Amino acid sequence: MSKIVKGLYYSNTHEWVRKESGFAYVGITDYAQESLGEIVFVELPEEEDNVTCGEEFSAVESVKAASDLISPVSGVIVLVNDDLEDSPELINEDPYENWIIKVDLEDESELSKLLSAEEYEDIIK
Amino acid sequence: MFKYLPHTEQDIKDMLKVIGVSNIDELFSEIPEGLLGLDLDVPNSHSELEIYRKFNELASKNKELVPFVGAGAYDHYTPSVIRHLIERQEFLTAYTPYQPEISQGTLQYIFEYQSLICELTGMDVSNASMYDGATATAEAMFMITSAKKKSTVLVSKTVNPNIINVLETYAKYRDLTIEYIEELNGVTSIEDLKAKNNKEIAGVIVQNPNFYGIMEDFAGYREILDETKGLFVMNHDPSTLSVLKSPREYGVDIAVGDAQTLGVPLWYGGPYIGYLATTKKLMRKMPGRICGVTTDSEGKRAFVLTLQAREQHIRREKANSNICSNQSLLALFVTIYLAIMGKKGLNEAQMNSFNATHYLFDKVTNLPKFKAVYNHDFFKDCLIETTLDPELINEK
Repeated sequence: MSKIVKGLYYSNTHEWVRKESGFAYVGITDYAQESLGEIVFVELPEEEDNVTCGEEFSAVESVKAASDLISPVSGVIVLVNDDLEDSPELINEDPYENWIIKVDLEDESELSKLLSAEEYEDIIK
Repeated sequence: MFKYLPHTEQDIKDMLKVIGVSNIDELFSEIPEGLLGLDLDVPNSHSELEIYRKFNELASKNKELVPFVGAGAYDHYTPSVIRHLIERQEFLTAYTPYQPEISQGTLQYIFEYQSLICELTGMDVSNASMYDGATATAEAMFMITSAKKKSTVLVSKTVNPNIINVLETYAKYRDLTIEYIEELNGVTSIEDLKAKNNKEIAGVIVQNPNFYGIMEDFAGYREILDETKGLFVMNHDPSTLSVLKSPREYGVDIAVGDAQTLGVPLWYGGPYIGYLATTKKLMRKMPGRICGVTTDSEGKRAFVLTLQAREQHIRREKANSNICSNQSLLALFVTIYLAIMGKKGLNEAQMNSFNATHYLFDKVTNLPKFKAVYNHDFFKDCLIETTLDPELINEK
């Protein structure tokens, strides 16, 4: 059973969002990293890039597949997790600790359209 | 495998039997009536000796001249060992084999080629080679527009117009826009770059030595591009890198160019070989493939294909480039050339070219009716103006 952290927001494309004082940290779920297998590369966007809810912002490549990451929120990227550049496997080790981007949220109400931990659990059952 | 292996009557009979055909005429029976045995206007058959004499006679009409064409075509000496080695049948194949179990020789020379290109350009990674310098430059344009998700690039007007034509063709089908940086007395105007650079520009493409053979100083370009996070592409004649400042020293993101200058003869205008080298950061945007070195299951050194952006095969709609091939035999050519010339030999060959061009330049510009167009340092091309009819000069 994949790990799900309570209190986070989830998308049905397997990204999670953690809200922290107007900013959102975005990563991929334990279910996503398990499905992908050993991650070998994360294509990181650049700081100051805009992200739009429902549009791709990055891609991860594993030994099995390459897949796009869809942004669950809209706003401006204020920070990118550079550690993933040299150590993409950090996502496998702890997908909820190793966020990919930090976003200055444009519209916090977008979060209400995302799934709760319980709703997400139903999806991946 | 033998180079010359004729079929015997028995071989032909056996093969026809396998496919269930009784004779050669029946094999060709699919060809519509009237197409076989057409009365073509071709000479009767000749013996090998007659053909040999005939063609020698025709070939003797050619004049063996020294080409002074320049502008991307350079007649450097080709050490004779290269031809002997590349014609070995393990290398001279119609299709480059990459399976590591059977292709260690091929993979090793590609690895060495990449290492040599990295050493010359100062870049982190080189791919296994490209068709020519112009298409390599166009691929670099795709890389920077894709990496930056922007559709406009700046290209200096001192870039060879043949390369610019290829860039325009590539740009047209990707909806990319090329804007040009003006030249000032034969060199790129840094003031015009400053005026035209902005956040919508993916990056800048320049050439060194430029189309006029002038060695441009691109100091300050990196800083200008950093202000807008633009990328820096330099097309550089790799042979001159034994003498000149490397693309890396100018802070470029992608170095490209024609490696014809590394001992590849001009033949009849080709084939050429392009190189493309970049930073570790951009390597996943790079077209083509990379060979690497590793150890096999017995712990011995082994060469393998290490990286090829996955997009090219399994996510084609996301791909930057449809290039999956390279110019392998020419990469071997370049590798052997650099290996036998060495740092010192390459340097000497380039200084000879430099000195000979300057000698020619001095002699010609001292003639009446000839004068230099620009007053800048040049390498092995120079631009000279004359009031005489160039057609007449060519006839002489």
